[in-house]
Amino acid sequence: MYQYNEFDHAFVRSRVKSFRSQVERRISGSLTEEEFKPLRLKNGLYLQLHAYMLRVAIPYGTIDSRQMRQLAYIADKWDKGYGHFTTRQNVQFNWPRLADVPDILDALADVSMHAIQTSGNCIRNITADHFAGATSDEIEDPRQTAEILRQWSTDHPEFQYLPRKFKIAITGSPFDRAVTKAHDIGIRTLRNKDNESGYEIVIGGGLGRTPMIGKVVREFLPKDDLLPYIEAILRVYNLYGRRDNKYKARIKILLHETGLPILQEQIENEFVSCRESFTGLDAKIIQSISESFNPPEFVSESSAEFDQRMLDDPIFSEWVGTNISSHRRPDYGIVTVSLKPIGGTPGDASSEQMCKVADIAEQHGHDEIRISHEQNIILPHIPLSRLSEVFDALNSVGLGTANAGLISDIIACPGMDYCSLATARSIPVAQEITQRFDELRLERELGPIKIKISGCINACGHHHVADIGILGLNRAGVENYQITLGGDATESAKIGERAGPGFSFENLMPALERLLEAYLKLRHNPEESFGACHRRLGSDPFRSALYPKNLSAAA
Amino acid sequence: MTRIVRDDGFHEDDLSEVEFLSHSELVIVKPEQITRDNIFVELASGDDVSQLTDYLPNISTIRIRFESFVDGRGFSLAYRLRQIGYVGRLRAEGYIIADQYPLARKSGFDEVVISDDLAKRQPEIEWPLGNPAQKPDYQSRLQQE
Repeated sequence: MYQYNEFDHAFVRSRVKSFRSQVERRISGSLTEEEFKPLRLKNGLYLQLHAYMLRVAIPYGTIDSRQMRQLAYIADKWDKGYGHFTTRQNVQFNWPRLADVPDILDALADVSMHAIQTSGNCIRNITADHFAGATSDEIEDPRQTAEILRQWSTDHPEFQYLPRKFKIAITGSPFDRAVTKAHDIGIRTLRNKDNESGYEIVIGGGLGRTPMIGKVVREFLPKDDLLPYIEAILRVYNLYGRRDNKYKARIKILLHETGLPILQEQIENEFVSCRESFTGLDAKIIQSISESFNPPEFVSESSAEFDQRMLDDPIFSEWVGTNISSHRRPDYGIVTVSLKPIGGTPGDASSEQMCKVADIAEQHGHDEIRISHEQNIILPHIPLSRLSEVFDALNSVGLGTANAGLISDIIACPGMDYCSLATARSIPVAQEITQRFDELRLERELGPIKIKISGCINACGHHHVADIGILGLNRAGVENYQITLGGDATESAKIGERAGPGFSFENLMPALERLLEAYLKLRHNPEESFGACHRRLGSDPFRSALYPKNLSAAA
Repeated sequence: MTRIVRDDGFHEDDLSEVEFLSHSELVIVKPEQITRDNIFVELASGDDVSQLTDYLPNISTIRIRFESFVDGRGFSLAYRLRQIGYVGRLRAEGYIIADQYPLARKSGFDEVVISDDLAKRQPEIEWPLGNPAQKPDYQSRLQQE
């Protein structure tokens, strides 16, 4: 993985130093609260419902054992012994004291980490496919491009005060695991007819209160043109994006109001002059970035023990069936470490669990760890020969839940339990769903299904792109949960349709049970997933199940 | 009253008596009718600088207004002006806080002009001065020399 050079180290240290002085200048009054706010946000520090929250960047979700142990150390020393992994491949600490934050940032800098640009109206942490470099289905490792963009966007002088936040995601595979079409810029690696590799550029995707799937603005961008082209998009957005209304300030609204052809022309015109003044990427730096993502030295080991346990141990084979994805090497697997225990908080990991994952990565997994936008931890390179040991080690700290991709593998925002924007609880909803379907023993029967929960219309829980999306609102002081159906976060991205009136917290669970019982009756055969079944039949039969005529279930 | 912030510190404003033309006052005149080469122009953050290309040789100073420090359009206007070949004096004027000085300089501004009130609240010592072009940054490192 990418190793900091002297410049990176010096940069991160200087940012900690300047943040330390910004905190002091806030206290002395030379910075007003209004002036301090964007400065603290650019350093990852939010003010939440009960306390400050520090959001730490994990660029394109890649992290090693030393860094993971440091997160555990920070959780123990300055927080409450746990961290929360988010849908943007970040980790959040929910209880830091303001006075401790500069020390926490120093502790992060000790292991080449930071909280820069994890918030505020700037280019945020670049996200990427969490299987990058490991999956058998990719054209190239997207992290090389992601690292170039990380560097380019870091402290970019022109783009620190944009109309609104700006998110970029990239995939190197035709199978989109990075939800690229729901980002301000989505990048997909592809090859043209002459077999040259380049990028398809999508703009204007986003969830939130006005969900939109991004549109292709450039079908094929040669790799060398990446930075001037992205610069052109950002400049057009910075100059013309709306600043009169925070809820209409994202590039998706600019795209919607300007129309694709005109915006495209503006970007292409800007690109011409950006390219003129661009002297080209520095070959040495690019080479060193590329090399840092070379695959590890894979080992060949006998998988006899693995094969035997698969036959002998149904619990192990069940876990392998759900939580192992196919690796570019047949004798390796990609392990999804579920942070979704039944009844737990999606995305939370204790310091003990973080340390155990670090140990496993170091001993068995070429020291590589990823964080997925689905709020799980990924061990991208585990030899099949080691899976048995890995499973036992994970189980020893409660990380052996065999549910990746199943109904209890829920994405949920922090909701009312932490967030000052939330209008309803999300974590307790996730906990109830996982407990209920565990009691019913229906999880395996239901097969792959995505449930995603947001506690307000800002949609941090990605509910718009779930098979079943749940949006928690506040109706006259009472929590009310709306259901959307048929959303899709992949390469065939689609915004889900609202099913109908919302349900109270109490009535939500029975409604979901009716919905899923209906699916079991409606599907062609057990191989037809909920998503496939919905694509075939549309929402109507599912609506009938949610709102049966003989039952006034709506709250 | 205003103060100029430059790489070497705070200064009195040498242009406080000068009259600046707005974007619309300038473009109403055809470029070939202009004989002076020391025109002063003030731009608002929403102005279109691409219309200025033919006037650039006649302009000696452009100031870009920052009504709010969170409105970053001025940075992009400065970039654009330098891109289309403006080599004259370029100042950012209005509500710009000390922490933004390096951003302004790297975007193409020569100097920042702030109110005396702000200069009092954020005195010279709090401004990260010096020419940031002499310090390496991510953007320049990624590009060939």
